[in-house]
Amino acid sequence: MNFDLQYMLEISLQIAKYIPITLLLAIVSMVFAIIIGLVVALIRNSKIFGITHLAGLYISLFRGMPTLVQLFIIYYGLPQLFPSLSTMDAIMAAIIGFSLKESSYLAEIFRAGLNSVDKGQMEAGLATGMKRVQIYSRIILPQAALNALPATGNTFISLIKETSLAFTLGITELFAEGKILASASMRFFETYLVVGLIYWLLVILYSWIQKYLEIWLSKPLRR
Amino acid sequence: MIKVRNLTKHFGDKQVLTDINLDIKTGEVVAIIGPSGSGKSTLLRCLNLLEKPSNGTIEIKDVKLNTQKYKARDAYQLRQQTAMVFQHYNLFKNKTALKNVIESLLVSSKMKKEEAIQIGENLLKRVGLEKQAHQYPATLSGGQQQRVSIARALAVKPHAILFDEPTSALDPELVNEVLQVIRQLSKEDTTMVIVTHEMQFAKEVADHVIFMADGQIIEQGTPEQVIEHSLNPRTQRFLRQAGDETDGAAR
Repeated sequence: MNFDLQYMLEISLQIAKYIPITLLLAIVSMVFAIIIGLVVALIRNSKIFGITHLAGLYISLFRGMPTLVQLFIIYYGLPQLFPSLSTMDAIMAAIIGFSLKESSYLAEIFRAGLNSVDKGQMEAGLATGMKRVQIYSRIILPQAALNALPATGNTFISLIKETSLAFTLGITELFAEGKILASASMRFFETYLVVGLIYWLLVILYSWIQKYLEIWLSKPLRR
Repeated sequence: MIKVRNLTKHFGDKQVLTDINLDIKTGEVVAIIGPSGSGKSTLLRCLNLLEKPSNGTIEIKDVKLNTQKYKARDAYQLRQQTAMVFQHYNLFKNKTALKNVIESLLVSSKMKKEEAIQIGENLLKRVGLEKQAHQYPATLSGGQQQRVSIARALAVKPHAILFDEPTSALDPELVNEVLQVIRQLSKEDTTMVIVTHEMQFAKEVADHVIFMADGQIIEQGTPEQVIEHSLNPRTQRFLRQAGDETDGAAR
């Protein structure tokens, strides 16, 4: 069988050097996506005529287009309209693209999370003279976070893997490095297997972190 | 002092409160009784604007509010005059018993933490839960949760406490521990408005009883007048039915 284990081990380290750039793309995009997603979710929940529909449109738009198309619009398309954007580097474009797309998913997840916390606690807070903002930040959000965590984790896992699309903007991350090595050695199977396994490893690592996050957040709710 | 004038409320086309006028003196304990769907809870929830009234004025202590036009700030001020105890306790599930009690002191009154904890611990002692101070609501029984929620209501030193069927969600054997706490409060000059199905209890603690049906106040007076010797056929019918249920439960 034409399979070179030795070669696999050799390139593993070389590809692993690109884990930081993949993580940078995934984590920075996720942070922005969480912030934007939360704002959109709160707006969508606000029932203020007009802007709640605007939030709906945002979700529909960014959830409805392929990620690759969004990345191309931002990186190749926008500088055509706004020449000043031509200095935007690929990493920034990728982060913007991923953030917008993931935030549209997260907005819906967060909305469900917020709505899963029973309304009575909001009323109780208001009745004791607290303000809405205070009740949201101290009472509702911590509980909503727990409810939204599994689905948010899924989104993050998808995002880790989706960062491989960044190679189309010329960013050398895990997948791009694999591609370069594979075309040089013609050992496609081994190379892409290594790339795949590294993604898998990252996902396992994250799942493990999430487990502990869940235990920590759910501490108050255990009997 | 609570003063309500010409309060009305409708949900869509459905009129749930019709021209309610109410006067409650400081220190008075008022029980509101009546069949379910009569608007008792809605009236209570209008007093702190959890339900937005359609018309009328509400005056609590020195805050007067025209329900037709008020700002968020006015609502906030009116709410600060009262505290509420809910049927389903509505404790903050991510906070311990003690934190539930002192949350509004820390957040709204901007009190120092040590001072708030002191007050919180005293209040928990008052409702007999000093040992449970650091337990989360999920680990407390219904009766204990409701007592925490009473302590939480007391913490803000409200002008009046509104009780919305405080024992309706409790198992029968837990009802008494909560009533005992309320009974104690009634002796301490706390102004209280209690929506309840416990006739015996209403008779015992209330200075004034209001009977409501179909969104209107049908009859009001002392417990003797309304519960013992009502001359109103509507009240009599309700009390007879309520009595049958109690007998049924006792059997």
